Amino acid sequence: MYKIAVMGDWDSIYGFGALGLDTFRIEEGQTEEAIRVMRSLAEQNYAIIYITEALAAKIPAEVDRYRTMAKPAVILIPGISGNTGEGVLAVRKSVEQAVGSDIIFNK
Amino acid sequence: MAATNVNPTRMELTRLKNKLVTARRGHKLLKDKRDELMRQFLLLVRENMELRTRVEEEIREANKRFAIAKSGMSEAEVRVAFMNPKQEIQLEMDTRNVMSVDVPVYSYQTRTSDENDVYSYGYAFTSGDLDDGVEHLAAVLPDLLKLAESEKSCQLMAAEIEKTRRRVNALEHVLIPDMEESIKFITMKLDENERSSQIRLMKVKDMMLENAHHYKERMESGT
Repeated sequence: MYKIAVMGDWDSIYGFGALGLDTFRIEEGQTEEAIRVMRSLAEQNYAIIYITEALAAKIPAEVDRYRTMAKPAVILIPGISGNTGEGVLAVRKSVEQAVGSDIIFNK
Repeated sequence: MAATNVNPTRMELTRLKNKLVTARRGHKLLKDKRDELMRQFLLLVRENMELRTRVEEEIREANKRFAIAKSGMSEAEVRVAFMNPKQEIQLEMDTRNVMSVDVPVYSYQTRTSDENDVYSYGYAFTSGDLDDGVEHLAAVLPDLLKLAESEKSCQLMAAEIEKTRRRVNALEHVLIPDMEESIKFITMKLDENERSSQIRLMKVKDMMLENAHHYKERMESGT
């Protein structure tokens, strides 16, 4: 049985708590804390980690680490401060990796 | 290149020829795998993008509501409201094999039988916008899981495609041409050896005849 985690600043994530997802509050500037939490989540039985785009932008290396692993899936979601486009960028990165250049979304 | 440091022997030639056959077959298979993976990947990535736009839009809506709700309540009140969630999600993860890539398939179960039973607070002290926000999030949850599924699949497949493409290219542009060159080198060398031993035999025969009959001496004496 797996669980789902949501990481980010409190304002962006508290709503998910009501749905039964586990929320982990990481405020701005707590970069090291974010890395620590993420590692420990990956080791536990969390299959999906949703992370706000703003936070993910702070720890890109850590987010990339899980790209090739089967578990967990690290998925970017927009935070309360708005959509930064990081999430779409992550998808484009996959396309670029697979095709060699971004042939689908290059507008 | 590789051709210069192979043993020009028949055994090596046979070995290389067998290797070349295997390499060609491997190359063809890997190429097929790459093409099929690519097809699946492109389908998936389009779906991924669609889902993402939809989910992001919904979350934005929810966040808007939460922002309004928070403006009318203190942070402590919001915290209390969400302190003890009613609902819990138990996620099952299965894997599906797409061209040797194990992609995840998620299914989930909520703790209470009613999926919409997500309000962890009495309505007395909270703003109505908070309910709206939670409702939006609850509505987007299935899509959110689907997004996780397809995005993870995309990531895994992208990595696999990259690997397969490298292998195909290595076989096509390095390994197979090298082997062909080596085979050509050995064949030439063996042919050359054969010709040289042929010539040697002819020469030896001439010499032996000369020794036996002394043609040259006879020519000079003119008889």
